[in-house]
Amino acid sequence: MNGAPVLQTLGLEKRFGGVHAIAGVDFALAEGELRCLIGPNGAGKSTFFKMVTGQIPPTAGRIVFAGTDITRAAAHEIGRLGIGIKNQVPDVFDGLTVRENLWLAARRGNAIAATRQIVGELMERLQLTDIAHRPVGELAHGQRQWVEIGMVLARRPRLVLLDEPSAGMSLEETNRTAALIREVNKSMTIVVVEHDMQFIRQIATKVTVFHHGQILVEDAFDRIMINPTVRDVYLGRQASA
Amino acid sequence: MRMGVPGLSAAGERPGLLWWLAVAVALTALMILPSFLNIAQQFNISIVFILALLALSMSFLWGYAGILSFGQTAFFGLGGYGFAVLALNLGETTFSLFAAILLAMLFAAVLGYFMIYGRISDIYLSVITLVVTLIFEKGMKSTSGEQYVIGKVRLNGQNGIPTVPSIKIPWHTAKELGIDGVFYLSAALLVLVYIGLRLLLTTPFGRVLVGIRENTRRIELLGYDSRRYKLAAFVICGGIAALAGVLFAVWNNFVAPEMFGLKRAAEVIVWVIVGGKTTLVGPIAGTAIVQMLKTNLGSQAVGEWLPLILGVVLMLVVLLFRDGLLPGIGSAIAWLYRRVRGSAA
Amino acid sequence: MQLLANYLYLIGYSFAIFVLISLGLAVIFGMMRVINLAQGEFIMLGAYACVEATKAGLPLWLAIIAAGLAVGAFGIVVERLIIRFLYGRILDTLLATWGLSLFLVGGVTIVYGPQSESVGATLGNFQIGDISYSRYTLIVIFVAVLSLVGTYALWRFTRFGLIVRGTMQNAAMANAMGINTGLVYMLTFGFGSALAGLAGAVLVPIVGASPQLGLSYIAKAFITVIAGGPLPLLGTSAASAVFSTIDGIISYHWSTVVSEVAVLLIAIVLLRLLPLGITGRLRRGL
Repeated sequence: MNGAPVLQTLGLEKRFGGVHAIAGVDFALAEGELRCLIGPNGAGKSTFFKMVTGQIPPTAGRIVFAGTDITRAAAHEIGRLGIGIKNQVPDVFDGLTVRENLWLAARRGNAIAATRQIVGELMERLQLTDIAHRPVGELAHGQRQWVEIGMVLARRPRLVLLDEPSAGMSLEETNRTAALIREVNKSMTIVVVEHDMQFIRQIATKVTVFHHGQILVEDAFDRIMINPTVRDVYLGRQASA
Repeated sequence: MRMGVPGLSAAGERPGLLWWLAVAVALTALMILPSFLNIAQQFNISIVFILALLALSMSFLWGYAGILSFGQTAFFGLGGYGFAVLALNLGETTFSLFAAILLAMLFAAVLGYFMIYGRISDIYLSVITLVVTLIFEKGMKSTSGEQYVIGKVRLNGQNGIPTVPSIKIPWHTAKELGIDGVFYLSAALLVLVYIGLRLLLTTPFGRVLVGIRENTRRIELLGYDSRRYKLAAFVICGGIAALAGVLFAVWNNFVAPEMFGLKRAAEVIVWVIVGGKTTLVGPIAGTAIVQMLKTNLGSQAVGEWLPLILGVVLMLVVLLFRDGLLPGIGSAIAWLYRRVRGSAA
Repeated sequence: MQLLANYLYLIGYSFAIFVLISLGLAVIFGMMRVINLAQGEFIMLGAYACVEATKAGLPLWLAIIAAGLAVGAFGIVVERLIIRFLYGRILDTLLATWGLSLFLVGGVTIVYGPQSESVGATLGNFQIGDISYSRYTLIVIFVAVLSLVGTYALWRFTRFGLIVRGTMQNAAMANAMGINTGLVYMLTFGFGSALAGLAGAVLVPIVGASPQLGLSYIAKAFITVIAGGPLPLLGTSAASAVFSTIDGIISYHWSTVVSEVAVLLIAIVLLRLLPLGITGRLRRGL
């Protein structure tokens, strides 16, 4: 590991009533990494993301981002510190146009001119220029995902969390998303939650497997694929399904 | 054509030349209008402008910031009472006007802080604002005793405060605004507030507000503190409602606890849902239509039946037209048009 | 000692009022998530029903029960005509019931006129020190406690209560299990209305029946249920206890208006500290 981790959680827990959604997660992420989180449904991946971004408060444990304790920080404070997230369900401003969505994301902390430049660049990069004036609510699922990714990138965060970025995308769109993620990773640290193994194969170097709210194993992608425990809890089940 | 997502996508864009032209024409028309009207007509139309301000203060919060304040009448009443008490004590109106509005905004800030920073849910906010205005009404009604005096003004409980002075011209304090003066003043202020709110929507502040209405979580994740924006909007609209309250006091030369009352609060809702909350012109039109109907049906005959009619209108509109009456009628016509054209083709 | 007795009496009576006026709302708003702004008017209708029933010759206690049943039936009609189209549209229930509230106030004013009507309750007075209080208020306190305990028992120990709780938790699941959820909603709404009617009927000998009666209670009822939080019965009782203590002490020294404003202020501060209400952190219970 090169230097201090950019994101670290210590004994992180989340209980909903009597259920342990997250049961003691010690997670560390180095600057510049591109990490994938996998695991069966209900393993706690999305809950983990939501706690890191302040959308739900942890029951116990600590979260440290770039040396700052953000365990109890509000969502907007975490956003300002430099963590961006694309949530699992498209989380955009449906009634506003593509341009307005990106504009709102880019405007915070930037002057008007800089905002305009960021929005212009992003629309080009994500091939949204043609649909700049359409309300996001009318767009196809894949396009809305991109708008959301664009909003995350517009903030130029240090850490990007992507919850199922390829969901609902065609094969061609998925491949473009994978390429985009690799390119973004040149300047930002990224964590991706995904189910699509083909997609993960394209982007991942290191994979963390969640199971029953805990980290089951953490290893390189190729070794995860042949790990018998992982096969049992996740891949095996999917293969037999 | 862009479909009618209730998003007002265009709202973020700067209004075009055509819009400015329309506003200028409207303003000119309003300034010329009184010379064609008799005193009674001027009087009846002025109140429409004043109440339209109150409707705007409610619909802006609801339609653009997603905050449903049913208690705008609390600020309306505070503005009216504040002005009455100050003006009668000081014998001066310009300072009293601004002070009364500031007072109401201060109250809005405190109330809003507790509600918005407490992160109580939206629906609780609606109920609490309503409760606040009801308590004001009740409190004010119980001030009929002689001990309830502010300065040299008796609050008079249910009977209200009569003899509220009209506004004196600041640079010529010997002259008071007459009925035509109040007409000009309220018309001009309505247009000004409308322009102000419309331009506010083009600022980053206004766009973030719309973002909050669309998706509060996303706004937060982008690093905006939604509470600050909501509170600011709440205070601004409290100020607008208070301005309406001051004008109402001046128009009537009278304030009474009914300014805070449930009936008035319900009327505000009716204006807004008749006109629709997705535009700024809608609530103004809604107020005008409902008020004109009320005046022309003859308030004598309707007076007793008014709450009953209001109630039925509210229930029917909610059950039949979810986006408001005028927009509802609009889409019904559009639907019919498509049907007719479709069957012809 | 005498002061304490006065306090105790005033707090007890105030507690009874809080419980009576907010219990029905706790069922309709707290459990069903229907914001019924006409709840105050249901109380008012209960008062008028009681007046009519005594005029027809019924003894007061029977008139009170009849009034509760009548308003319960009226609530069922309202549920069928309006509310059932609006489940899940919480805001629209607020607007529609607001309309209903104005309609009822207007209608009753036209029928009965704005003046108030009353029913005599001749039970005499009793003294605490130099202040004399009406004996009837003790009956009010008794009925309040009885309705609270009765409602709790109904929800907690009966089959109907179990079905209602299950339906409010997860209507789709209850439906799948063969429960007629539409019927459950209708009866629950009727029950909440009946509680309001009962409250109005019990209070009539003290406050009289007038078209504006509901208006004086609706604000109090809502802040009680909201401050109570997610467990409707426990929350409403707890909030009633807190507010009645404040109300009792302040109204003894100053006036009922001051105490009402004080209760509102405390409710708002309370919500800043506990945004989810007094029972916000509790997960189980009623």
